Amino acid sequence: MQLTVENVSFRYTEKSPWILKDVSLEIKEGERVGIVGPSGYGKSTLARIIAGYEKPSSGRVLLDGESLPEKGFCPVQMVYQHPEMAVNPRWKMEKTLNECWHPDEALLTRMGIEKSWLTRWPSELSGGELQRFCIARVLSPETKLLVCDEITTMLDVITQAQIWQLLLEVSRKNNLGMLVITHNMTLAGQICTRVIELPEINRL
Amino acid sequence: MEKKNIKLKEVINRRTLVTIFVALALVYLVGIFLWGIFMDPSAYAVHYENKFISPCAEHPFGTDFMGRDMFARSIKGLSNSLIVGVLAAVVSSIVALILGIASAVFGGWVDRFVNWCVDLCMGLPHIVLLILISFMVGKGTKGVTIAVALTHWPALTRIVRAEVMQVRSSQYVQAAYKMGRSRLQVAVTHIIPHVLPAYLIGLILLFPHAIMHEASITFLGFGLPAEMPAIGVILSEAMKHITTGKWWLAVYPGLMLLVAVILFDVIGENLKKLWNPDSGNE
Repeated sequence: MQLTVENVSFRYTEKSPWILKDVSLEIKEGERVGIVGPSGYGKSTLARIIAGYEKPSSGRVLLDGESLPEKGFCPVQMVYQHPEMAVNPRWKMEKTLNECWHPDEALLTRMGIEKSWLTRWPSELSGGELQRFCIARVLSPETKLLVCDEITTMLDVITQAQIWQLLLEVSRKNNLGMLVITHNMTLAGQICTRVIELPEINRL
Repeated sequence: MEKKNIKLKEVINRRTLVTIFVALALVYLVGIFLWGIFMDPSAYAVHYENKFISPCAEHPFGTDFMGRDMFARSIKGLSNSLIVGVLAAVVSSIVALILGIASAVFGGWVDRFVNWCVDLCMGLPHIVLLILISFMVGKGTKGVTIAVALTHWPALTRIVRAEVMQVRSSQYVQAAYKMGRSRLQVAVTHIIPHVLPAYLIGLILLFPHAIMHEASITFLGFGLPAEMPAIGVILSEAMKHITTGKWWLAVYPGLMLLVAVILFDVIGENLKKLWNPDSGNE
């Protein structure tokens, strides 16, 4: 698996200013790349483009030389900053968890997801608990690259450590590539095999 | 464990309480509706010998200037008003559903056109629009029904449009697409369950509006014909006699209309609580 971002530029409309200009980067199999940069520099936009949520104004995102599939399961999956917005408030957690694949019990235990949580509504769980569900539901074997957009920013340090510990474990086991977006340089240093400063590769 | 038990009890309490409340309100409204439909016309027939009897055991709501029993007439009238109101609200809500979804899904000029129509319709005083349409299509039952049906969609259109737009752009719907769900699957599992409650509540809250407007234009003389028992007709006739102290002619039918309108409102508000994912599971 290799993800290539080729000269990606992005702006919302024809008249608005460029947010990203000629951004290029590569993520190799099993690599964990950190992207850091100040607020408002387009980190999340880049993440959304890489995960296929936004179309770049120019340039391409290629996975193993091919563009991302428009339909079907996308091998690049994204985990969001606000888990409470990423789950359907009308679904019990069990349904949300099994939306695209069926995580086995071993994974749930390792994720620290308790059985009793499965029958609850999202409003009855905390942010950290919900975030575990959001991560578990996209850790299917088909996922080749996981884009983590500030996924632990709103969690306490202990939960943060637990979640990253687990993600590192899974990424080693499944040879899962990761793109980690964060403000926290220390965290990036700990987790990533390579850290990129977005302002340096963004040719604005 | 004990804490959990208490919580379970509360869940049952809230849900059952609201359900009972809504059921009672429904029974009242459906009861009046059916009672009115199957009522024998002789119950509110003319009896000149019984003119202006004030409320008593035999005539709980009194009688009017033609000696008609006001209780039977009010029930029949409210039932008629309910038919017109419900019919018009349903038609209006279907228009709103189609326009709202089209507006949210297609965007662009469709969205602008629908919004323009909504603004146009909302910009005119509602009662004037009702009168104009009713007058144009020839007054009477047909006139009122068409007028009420054609003027109650704008607010609900906006609600449906906003709900569809909100749920379509929500992260969990976008994530569902990326997790390989088809458009149909997303529509059935995510979008419809989100929009349907808002739509149904909007529909139920439309009923009182429609009934009130039906009564208003009938009261003003642009609606249902005078020989038909309807709350608007009853009230406008009562106006002629109220100065002579025939208070029961206006008070009881007015109260019945008020209660029916409030009950629809109660049903709508309670269902809103029940269907809202945050308060529904409390």
